[in-house]
Amino acid sequence: MRRFAQLMELLALTPSRNRKIEALAEYFRSTPDPDRGYALAILTGALTFKNVKPAILRDVVLAEVDPYLFGLSYDYVGDLGETIALIWPHHGGTEPLPSLSDLVELFNMTSKADLPRLIGSLLTRASINERWALVKFATGALRIGLSARLAKTALADMSGKDLQDIEEVWNGLTVPYTDLFDWLTGKAERPDIDHTARFHPLMLSNPIDEEKDLEKLDPADFVAEWKWDGIRVQLIASKGKVSLFSRTGDDIAAAFPDVTESVFGDAVLDGELLVGPDFEPMLFNDLQQRLNRKVAIGKHLATYPAFVRVYDMLFEGVDDIRSLPWTERRRHLEAWFAKNPQTRIDLSPVLSYRDWNDLAEIRRRGAADHGHEGVMVKLRSAPYVPGRPKGLWYKWKRDPNVVDAILMYAQRGHGKRSSFYSDYTFGVWKGNEIVPIGKAYFGFTDEELKQLDKWVRNNTVASFGPVREVSKELVFEVAFDSAQQSGRHKSGIALRFPRINRIRWDKPATEAATIEDMQIFLAAT
Amino acid sequence: MPTPFLARDLRVIPIDAYIDPPVPRARAIITHGHSDHARSGHGAVLATPDTIAIMKARYGEDSAETFQPLEFDTPLVVDDVTITLKPAGHILGSAQVLLEHQGQRIVVTGDYKRLPDRTAQPFELAECDLLVTEATFGLPVFQHPNPQDEVARLLRSAATFPDRAHVIGCYALGKAQRMIALLRDAGYDAPIYLHGAMIRLCELYVERGIPLGLLKPTLGTTKSELAGQIVIAPPSAIKDRWSRRLPDPVLAVASGWMSVKQRARQSGVELPLVISDHADWNELRETIAETGASKVWVTHGREDALVYHCRQQGLEAEPLNIRAFEEGEDQGDTEEQGELET
Repeated sequence: MRRFAQLMELLALTPSRNRKIEALAEYFRSTPDPDRGYALAILTGALTFKNVKPAILRDVVLAEVDPYLFGLSYDYVGDLGETIALIWPHHGGTEPLPSLSDLVELFNMTSKADLPRLIGSLLTRASINERWALVKFATGALRIGLSARLAKTALADMSGKDLQDIEEVWNGLTVPYTDLFDWLTGKAERPDIDHTARFHPLMLSNPIDEEKDLEKLDPADFVAEWKWDGIRVQLIASKGKVSLFSRTGDDIAAAFPDVTESVFGDAVLDGELLVGPDFEPMLFNDLQQRLNRKVAIGKHLATYPAFVRVYDMLFEGVDDIRSLPWTERRRHLEAWFAKNPQTRIDLSPVLSYRDWNDLAEIRRRGAADHGHEGVMVKLRSAPYVPGRPKGLWYKWKRDPNVVDAILMYAQRGHGKRSSFYSDYTFGVWKGNEIVPIGKAYFGFTDEELKQLDKWVRNNTVASFGPVREVSKELVFEVAFDSAQQSGRHKSGIALRFPRINRIRWDKPATEAATIEDMQIFLAAT
Repeated sequence: MPTPFLARDLRVIPIDAYIDPPVPRARAIITHGHSDHARSGHGAVLATPDTIAIMKARYGEDSAETFQPLEFDTPLVVDDVTITLKPAGHILGSAQVLLEHQGQRIVVTGDYKRLPDRTAQPFELAECDLLVTEATFGLPVFQHPNPQDEVARLLRSAATFPDRAHVIGCYALGKAQRMIALLRDAGYDAPIYLHGAMIRLCELYVERGIPLGLLKPTLGTTKSELAGQIVIAPPSAIKDRWSRRLPDPVLAVASGWMSVKQRARQSGVELPLVISDHADWNELRETIAETGASKVWVTHGREDALVYHCRQQGLEAEPLNIRAFEEGEDQGDTEEQGELET
């Protein structure tokens, strides 16, 4: 437990991604099975204890600490687990805490009636840092900003295996992952997993460089599709069961019963999750109402019905067709659709075009008339390659919208940038006042960042904690993908994917955009 | 107990003198040199010789009309009030004020701690009827760990990252010198580098008999020279432009507030060191009980919890709600401190 506590503390406090990976890899390398597997499970959210709930921990503490004082403390600390760890009044840790695997067994085997006593004695035995990690371990509420992806990257780092390969086997494994670690440490072959029941890493695209790429590429070698403005999903239908995974492999099926309950047939499909009646996509904003929920809300099923627009096929039945060229896969996909008519999934159409200029025009019109994000350009002969291979799939986004906005507030960045004011809030004119429309923290060079940092320090008019308000003089040309109405912002407008395109040192703030100027962007989407 | 001869704004009524007054007064008794207790512009100041030296170094020789030094444990009779300064263990020269008048005993703790610290005279308990106690860490979540363990964590990190500088955010008066002393006592004998804002007060500690080993200014050093070294700076400087001169620094802060990891994380502190110059929750409670006071006034910090605790113990207790501007560990954005050295 001591080493796990040290690891947890480092993960919580170090801002550097590389150092987190190093620390994880070192932990996995030097910790025996099955402890490292349990640690991995806790870190990736794959392990929870049915009976160990935050409420039980709170009751254990309230038996020892005055409830009023506990309440004041919780108000101050803000995190229940951390409050418990800090406030526990008994310290007597002479006997070390059990190993992670023993803890897992204790938490699983101890009856509900005996749990409070067990938890109390563990809290007393723990040192202060261990107590913090112990509470996090017991409740599974880590809140240390660690993604499953980072843990997998550390496994790749530790073993020299490919991250893709690890992701391939990941969803078929069970805690404490002994077969995974046997493979990673060279003791066994790669675990054999049922290929139709788990997530397969996605094939991703690269942005097209209009000046360099287009002249080298023969339009006849490629096909084009709309770039849909939803979220990328993998849909797996197998033996009457339907799973839905996000692009990072999170299982999101429970939030989309309208999709999963209607799909039939056996296949692994790649597509875009959208909402809208009769396959008419609504705005991304609408889709967002249904994202990040554990289960669907009843009325959302009616107002924001979900569907999946499919553009690729990885498995037909149990046959892996990923090595076939796109043209062949598309043929399989169309045939499968003909055989299995669907109500909540449809096919993404293939766009016909003569040459790149023609496609550029299609892309421009799609953006102007339908708000399409752009087009995807895919090599006809390309197999389905997980990861981001070069030269096979391109995304050709529509030209960004730009607006001249005025810098209002600056905030310090994180990690390497923590001594720089690098996060900028900017706004546009609304009558005689300036209202914020967005925030951006990239798009400029390191050299420009230094200049901006200096400008912010020399032009501060007020400080609010880490935020500085600056005099309203500096204009940014801000690029963004789209603008949407938003009740959350004073301006009534929210930008998607805003970034600093240029710093207009030359431009007076009086010539920046107005809120009226922004309306045309709203109309276009 | 009879009506106290101390007013709620800490005026000693029979002699019209104030303890740590936040505005200029004709007569002031100063517990210690932090700026939320010691201000310039008073008429006559009574304090320990160390506190007077600190005040003169920070605010100037003429920052009060007269300075009257009073050694610890030496009763001074002014009219019919007897004043005794008792060591508070907070920083060099820090005192509690014991006041006796017509058989009534009142103690104003100022800021204090009871853990050993060779940069401050060790705390002495004084029994009293009315105790005016600080409450900086007056919540049961504050249970300070052993400072030696925290220093061991720092040295372990320094050994793990030999190419990085470890920069420790410490308040310039008190915490910086204690941190250096703790490092020396743990056997760390390499030079310790100082931000410009630290130098003067460290010199003053050494002059007054507290050895701190070899200290060097960071000004004029190269990045490569600072690799693997320990640097002491004001908390506000460690994330500001000043820190860009350091090689890939590990940001550490030494403070009682650092016990809350979620806070340390939000403020970008990579190595929180829970080292405090204030009493923690358990010390506060023990001290209140040991003084035998029947009445307790709580000030400077989280009054609610400590007042509640005292009342649970059957004591008369009230918050004082004195609002001075804050320094030291009493939080507050002290950004300006970091900009002294440019």
